[in-house]
Amino acid sequence: MPSTFAPPPGGTTPDPGDAPTTGRRRPTPASIALWVGVALVGAVAWSVLAISRGEQISALWILFAALASYAIAYRFYARFIATRVLRVDDRRATPAERLENGLDYEVTDRRVLFGHHFAAIAGAGPLVGPVLAAQMGYLPGTIWIVVGVIFAGAVQDMTVMFFSIRRDGKSLGQMVREEIGPVGGAAALVAVFAIMIIILAVLALIVVNALAESPWGVFSIALTVPIALFLGVYLRYLRPGRVLEATAIGVVLLLLAIVGGGYVQQMGLAESLTLSKETLVVALVVYGFIASVLPVWLLLTPRDYLSTFMKIGVIVLLALALLIARPVLANDAVTTFALEGNGPVFAGSLFPFVFITIACGALSGFHALIASGTTPKMIQKESQVRLIGYGGMLMESFVAISALIAASVIDQGVYFAMNSPAGATGGTPESAAEFLAGIGISTPPETIAATAAAVQEDIVSRTGGAPTLALGIAQIFNSAFGGSLMAFWYHFAIMFEALFILTAVDAGTRVGRFMLQDTVGNVWKKFGDLSWKPGTYIASAVVVGAWGGFLYLGVTNPLGGVNQLFPLFGIANQLLAAIALTLVTTLLIKHGRAKYAWVPGIALAWDLTTTMTASWQKVFSDNPKLGFFAQRDAYADARANGELLGPAKDMDQMDQIITNSTINGFLQAFFAVLVLVVLANALVVIARALRAGGLPTTEVPAVESRIVAPSGLFATEEEKRAMAEHEQALSGASR
Amino acid sequence: MRRGEAGVNPLAALGRGLRGLRWYVRALAGETRWDDYLAHCAEHGHQPVSRREFEQCRADARASSPQSRCC
Repeated sequence: MPSTFAPPPGGTTPDPGDAPTTGRRRPTPASIALWVGVALVGAVAWSVLAISRGEQISALWILFAALASYAIAYRFYARFIATRVLRVDDRRATPAERLENGLDYEVTDRRVLFGHHFAAIAGAGPLVGPVLAAQMGYLPGTIWIVVGVIFAGAVQDMTVMFFSIRRDGKSLGQMVREEIGPVGGAAALVAVFAIMIIILAVLALIVVNALAESPWGVFSIALTVPIALFLGVYLRYLRPGRVLEATAIGVVLLLLAIVGGGYVQQMGLAESLTLSKETLVVALVVYGFIASVLPVWLLLTPRDYLSTFMKIGVIVLLALALLIARPVLANDAVTTFALEGNGPVFAGSLFPFVFITIACGALSGFHALIASGTTPKMIQKESQVRLIGYGGMLMESFVAISALIAASVIDQGVYFAMNSPAGATGGTPESAAEFLAGIGISTPPETIAATAAAVQEDIVSRTGGAPTLALGIAQIFNSAFGGSLMAFWYHFAIMFEALFILTAVDAGTRVGRFMLQDTVGNVWKKFGDLSWKPGTYIASAVVVGAWGGFLYLGVTNPLGGVNQLFPLFGIANQLLAAIALTLVTTLLIKHGRAKYAWVPGIALAWDLTTTMTASWQKVFSDNPKLGFFAQRDAYADARANGELLGPAKDMDQMDQIITNSTINGFLQAFFAVLVLVVLANALVVIARALRAGGLPTTEVPAVESRIVAPSGLFATEEEKRAMAEHEQALSGASR
Repeated sequence: MRRGEAGVNPLAALGRGLRGLRWYVRALAGETRWDDYLAHCAEHGHQPVSRREFEQCRADARASSPQSRCC
């Protein structure tokens, strides 16, 4: 991009009084025909999904319904948000241009930044959430993933990104403190930190569940560490900066590690690599601590390259495989668990729990942390928030849809055998089949055993979503690409998930450590000094200890870690989204644009409705399967009478359940209260702003931009002309 | 490269597509930063530092502002 380092265009400055965007053009007949066509495809696909009951339908209908909806939303709603609600202004220089330092502030091509942003927001969440939500059938999940992303998730990412751009790339916490108030700011800071700990614990839990008693998995994943270390040294000393070459070597080594894992038995390593969940927890905690204090170039950066390229590769491959294999949905549209709320995977009925469980694919509060901070410091033009913020989230939603399809094409008996806690299934194909018969699913134990044999793993009660997704992916790849490579594809998918979960755990631990050092540094200066080693060690140990502690509680919980912790994780994530949407709504009103406050407002209202209902139920429900305190009371009463309550096998387990339920219940209430504090603080500011018709904000003054660049993925004719003119003016000026 | 070529010569279009892909993947991996830096130095008459120094500087910057990865 030669225009990036350009001197002022001299003379071609647009008048500041101009409308920020070009005038509305009359749509051409071709574009009208195109959008009518897209709308028809979407309408047909949604109708097929809505009407089919009991007959077998192709999973591609879900894909088409989603893609057509995304296209329409991006074309019309995202454009409306950019031009009317936010009034993006490409004559203003972005922080990347004004503050460019070649390090964190760096003008970046929109398509490249789209890739970076997507890699940062997409993780295990959109893969795991939809898999668990499949217990309610494919329809509720599909609807929420698509509707949620269009009206909530993508809106949040785009608007937060925009407001952060107007504030030099400030973080969510900083913006809440400065724009809403110190009380809300403090609550938001605590909420962000606490939620991050829960998220790290749940992510690690998913890895532990996938690797426990799986020597093949442990072998492959363990090898990723030396592979990453090797790449780190390679990029630092051997061939600095040759990232693609290093990544290619890394990917080949990873594939060898997966293939090699199939021979652990022959290598005589099977026994020593068959690790219990408790051992894996210790290994992960030690690993997390070391990764947090090692220099980033040695482990984190190379692992990040590997996981990013693997992630993008697998997602593209999965989309292709779905088109080739055209699998048929085995799941029901809506299961009885959705209505009665008694599903074995997690408790609670469709409302509000489908919205909590899907989390990342439709709306993810965690994205607000990435949309504020890193990406705004690299963006070229304000108008690109539509492509990067809204478009990036649509892409994430597409990943969630693919995951939902993968979970919905496998045999549903196998699905429930894998995802129900061990306390329910008994852990063997026979006992699992019995359990399935009890919940009205007739699947012979032979089917479960055959699936297990095909992937060469025990599959009963492999909860956490990752193994189910791996099975779905393996089945789709196997049918698309032929051969009988089920076991290879399964472990390939596990590797792919574990790789980026571990990257997220590394990065999250480090971010958490920096937050802690920064916060404590306000009162104890020495601790805030990042080069002071003892401070680094203490902060790392605190962060790792916090998520490790939760991880341990989850892993040893007789009720099943995923069953207990995943709702907490989902609610925490959605509550963080509530904070972000509150900020955006407040800002629009402070900027005197209350007329458009409904855009983030409807997302906020819905998010608060679902999360507060879910929080209320998790805290106050009398149903012991649903409410943490009711659960605590049920077990405490039984304990007092000296009775055992299943699935606890002894009094120690009874005590464990009582402790866990109490902690989880208090945490749940604590998160909800933090969000209500931010909201209350914001309402005060909103009331003042409405009375005054707007309030001053911390938006930085406009500086004129010297860059001309396209807004969308492809440059329009008009933009190409403008760029060519700009280029010409430059070469004329320099001559 | 003018518009219209693509319609006439499919090989040229393929070549352009591949070049575009190569540029994209290199840019995504951050390799083009070095090219940009060299171009920038040439333009302003600076003596560029070695590739190793340049990459270490970028790596150190990354260490001081870690980016979180989402769930």
